[in-house]
Parts: sequence; structure tokens; C-alpha cells
Amino acid sequence: MKIFVCIKQVPDTETRIKIASDGNRLDLAGAKWIMCPYDEFAVEEAIRFKEKNSDATVTVISAGPERVKEALRTALAMGCDNALQVALPENADSFMTAKALAKSIAAEGEAHIVFTGKQAIDDDAAQVTQAMAEFLDMPAVSVVLRAEYGANQIQAEREIEGGSIEKYEAPMPCVIAAQKGMNEPRYASLPNIMKAKKKVIKLVSLADIGVTADEIKISYSGFTLPPERAGCKMLEGDVPTQSKELVRLLREEAKVI
Amino acid sequence: MAKIFIYCEQSTGKLKKGAIEVLSNACTWGSEIHALIVGKPGSLGEAAAEASKYAVTKVHCLENDACDTYSPEGFATVVANTAKAESADVLLTSLSAQTKDFFPRVSVKLESGMASDCTAVSLEGDTLKATRPMYAGKCYANVEFSGAKPAIATIRANALGGIKDSTGTGSDIAHVAADAGNIRTKVVEIVTSDIAKSGTIDLTEAERIVSGGRSLKNAENFTILEELASVLGATVGASRAAVDAGYRPHKDQVGQTGKTVSPVLYMAFGISGAIQHLAGMRTSKVIVAINTDSNAPIFQKADYGIVGDLFEAAPQLTKDFKEALS
Repeated sequence: MKIFVCIKQVPDTETRIKIASDGNRLDLAGAKWIMCPYDEFAVEEAIRFKEKNSDATVTVISAGPERVKEALRTALAMGCDNALQVALPENADSFMTAKALAKSIAAEGEAHIVFTGKQAIDDDAAQVTQAMAEFLDMPAVSVVLRAEYGANQIQAEREIEGGSIEKYEAPMPCVIAAQKGMNEPRYASLPNIMKAKKKVIKLVSLADIGVTADEIKISYSGFTLPPERAGCKMLEGDVPTQSKELVRLLREEAKVI
Repeated sequence: MAKIFIYCEQSTGKLKKGAIEVLSNACTWGSEIHALIVGKPGSLGEAAAEASKYAVTKVHCLENDACDTYSPEGFATVVANTAKAESADVLLTSLSAQTKDFFPRVSVKLESGMASDCTAVSLEGDTLKATRPMYAGKCYANVEFSGAKPAIATIRANALGGIKDSTGTGSDIAHVAADAGNIRTKVVEIVTSDIAKSGTIDLTEAERIVSGGRSLKNAENFTILEELASVLGATVGASRAAVDAGYRPHKDQVGQTGKTVSPVLYMAFGISGAIQHLAGMRTSKVIVAINTDSNAPIFQKADYGIVGDLFEAAPQLTKDFKEALS
């Protein structure tokens, strides 16, 4: 049984965003790169599946430049068996990424389950799960909080507005996108980190899978930072005075109540 | 003239608020507007009548028994087929759990570019211009579409300034038997949360949010924020620190690994203002911060600040808002 898990390497959440001087891209020099936090749940779920199914192997895939190998090694150290880097340019959009991931998976053989995180915390597009499933011609359930795996089908619970749950039954093969809380991702042990450093990461070029540059359907320009606020009005006096003044200001000055 | 198609999500036969926001605003652009509603035959009459109150050229009720409940494959097939057959220039929808899920499949079927969670959209001639946040709102960028038509965008709730007045004169309503393709997985059951049952609005759609941090000390103490929220008609949120400490579930988390919100009023109690939290709430119209530490970064992003003990301030505010709003 072939299990795949797709991960993205992203700047960590502490990153302060700088815009390049031409305004048409971000300056991410100096950013600390990590595996997207949602993808950690996907990796953990794939490894747990393997631990319960001795005939399963887990291949972790990341699409991006050379640096994504670090994230792949983290996933290997957590317990994935094989790793694959798809050499994708930095300006790839969700459409191209989804297509490249789908074609790389298809080239590796018949997938049983493909895990991924519900969205990447850099571009926040949240498109790759269902788009990749569409390219793979597979069903998919996204934002999954809980999944149970039968012989041929998956029962999955997906979180929607207000914390309500949609329950699905999906036949395998299937794509499952993890929401935070699906499990508790493990930390890699030091020996496993050392072992992961020695593993060979397979490199797949876009030519290998027949994906071309014109697969990019959107591009970005004119980056801006959010406007700063005029300044904070600090309220004086004891708590009852501050409270009454705040209610008055929200009503008369800000006009929001 | 550009042909604009708007997918309008319905639930139990009623259009969702976000769908009406996008539809009513698009109707002011002077374009040809088509509303798309998907469901089982005989269930869409009320939603179609609601859509036809706006200046819509045509309301398309796309009907299939298999669309009685939501499925990503079925809904994507129905919407993509219609947009293609009708030569849509632009395809828009309000961002929701459902549209976030199936619209990427529509973009693949149509080989179109898609911009998610846009905070501004407009037309220049027949071309869609869109702006969207990234890094949970730490920056914004303009989107250029180079894929096949239609250009696709999902739009964040409240981003267009709410619902505009209806100006329609009763548009043409068509009921179409739609092919839903091969559906392999669909919703078999919905478990409604207590919060949804109580009618509380989701954080991402809320106009007022009362949010708490780790200074609340435990889950029970959030009651004082719930009381304030109940007076204000607000939804309760939390910082990542409060969620990680187990005081609130993850669905209440505001910030980069939680929800990005833009209410009219955001009140932060005992939240210091880590960069990840600020990213998720900084587009709120008015921000109030209550914190014992006058140097907390939250005050740099706030409009009004109270340096003080939230355990004193929250009950006092509940009392004063109750008086002011009665």
C-alpha cells in the first residue's frame, strides 16, 4: 500500500514580512523555514497509518526549491520511508503546484491515501488539496479532525462553520487534508534525525512529469503592508470610569455600537 | 459587457448572508449578472426568489437529486459545466467552508486562475482585479489572472461592506436539470455544534468579537467574556496561548494558525499581541485592548486601551454595555 504525504516548507509564524524594492514580491531573506504546521498533522497521520498497516510505505513529497529538502528530512526523521522533491519554481501558483504533485504521485504508482495539511500558512490559498485530488481523479475530504480507516473506505469528519462537523464516507484511494487537532504530531528522536540526514531524496524535474511554465494561472504584484493605526487612546481613571468612557467612545466617536 | 457568474450558497433552501453580499454588490457594477444556485429539484424556489430581488440578469437553479447534500465533486461539476456552457468571464463566490472546499476543483476543470479569500474585487473593462491577504494578513497583493476564462475569486465575508439594497425588478428564473458527474464522497451527516445551534455567528463572519488570552487562567473564567459577548451579540475568540493551554477549542483560535477575522469591533482581553495573533485580527475596524502590561504589543495595534485587570474590567463593561444598549 502506497501512502503519500504532501508538505510545504513555509516561513515560520514569527516572520516579519518585508516587501522587495520592486513591490512585486516578498523579501524572505533571513526567514526561518519550517514545515507548514498543518502538514505536521498530515505526516503524523500517515505514520500512524503505517504503524497499523505493516504493508504500507509512506513517501513524503514537497514541491519547491532546494531548501525544501530540510522539511523533507524532518518528515523522514518523524518516520516517513522515502522522500521526493519536485523542482518547482518559487512563483508557482496553486494550480501548477497541485498538478505537479498529482503527476509526481501518479508516476510513483497507485496511491492508497494521499495526506496533506488543510492549507499553507504562507499564501493561505487552501486550494491544493481539492485541486490535486481533481488532477488525480480522486475524492477528497478537507479540514479533517478525525478519520477512521477501513479496508476500502475512510470515514472522515470535517470541520465547518461554528465548529459543526460534516461526516463523510469516502472510498480509497482518497485525499485527506488535516486540520490542527487531528492528532498530536511526534518529535523526531536524535538517532532518527541523524538517519534522515543520510537518506537519498529523489529529485523530480518538471520535464520528468510533463508540467510546463504556462501552467501558472495567477501571479502577484503590488504587495502592500496593512496600514498602521492612528495610535491607541489610553483610557484614564479607575475601572468604572474607564469602562464608561470606553462605552461612550465606541458609541459616539467610533460609532460601532 | 462582462458576464459575471456568482455561485450563491444555500442552506435548507435559504441563501447564505455572504452569498447575498457578493450578489448585491456585483449588481452595482453595471455588468450582466448570473446567479447560480445548486440543490435537489423542488428545493430552490425560495432561494431563487431571494436572488431575483437584485438586478440579476438570470437566476440559474441547477438541480440534481444527488445535490441534496453537499459533495465537492458534484457541486464542482455542476458549477464548472454551467460557467463553461455560458462562457462566463468571471466567476465569484463568498468564501465559506463549502466554497473554500470545492472551488479549487472548479478552477482545475476550467483551467482557470483562482484567487482565494479576496478582500477587494472590481472590474476594469471585462478584466477582474482582485486583492488578497497572505500570511494571515501580514501583507496584501494584487492578483493577475492568466488562465482560461472565467477568472475565479472567492471573497471574504464583510469585505464588500455588507449587503446592498435590492434594486431588481424580478429576474428570469431557470430551473435546469444539471449533470453532477461521478460523486464518490458526499456529506452523510451533519453534527451541529452547540454554538451553531445557539445561533452564534462563526468568528469569520462575526461583526463583533470578544477574545481572551492565557491571562484568563482557566476555561471557566471565559464565562465573564461569554457574558460580555452575549450583551454585545458578539462571538468569543481566543489567542493561541489560551487554546494551547486548553481553555478554548481550536475552532475559537484567532491568528495565523487559527482564523483570520475582520469584525467591526474586536475586544482583546489579556492578549499580549504576538505577531501571529495580530496578523489574524488587524483588519478589524476598531480594536480595544485590555491588558495589565502597558507595554504589551497589542496596544500598538489598538484604537482604545485600558491598562488594568480584565477580571475587573470585563464584568464592569458587561454592566455598562447592558445599560447603554438597553
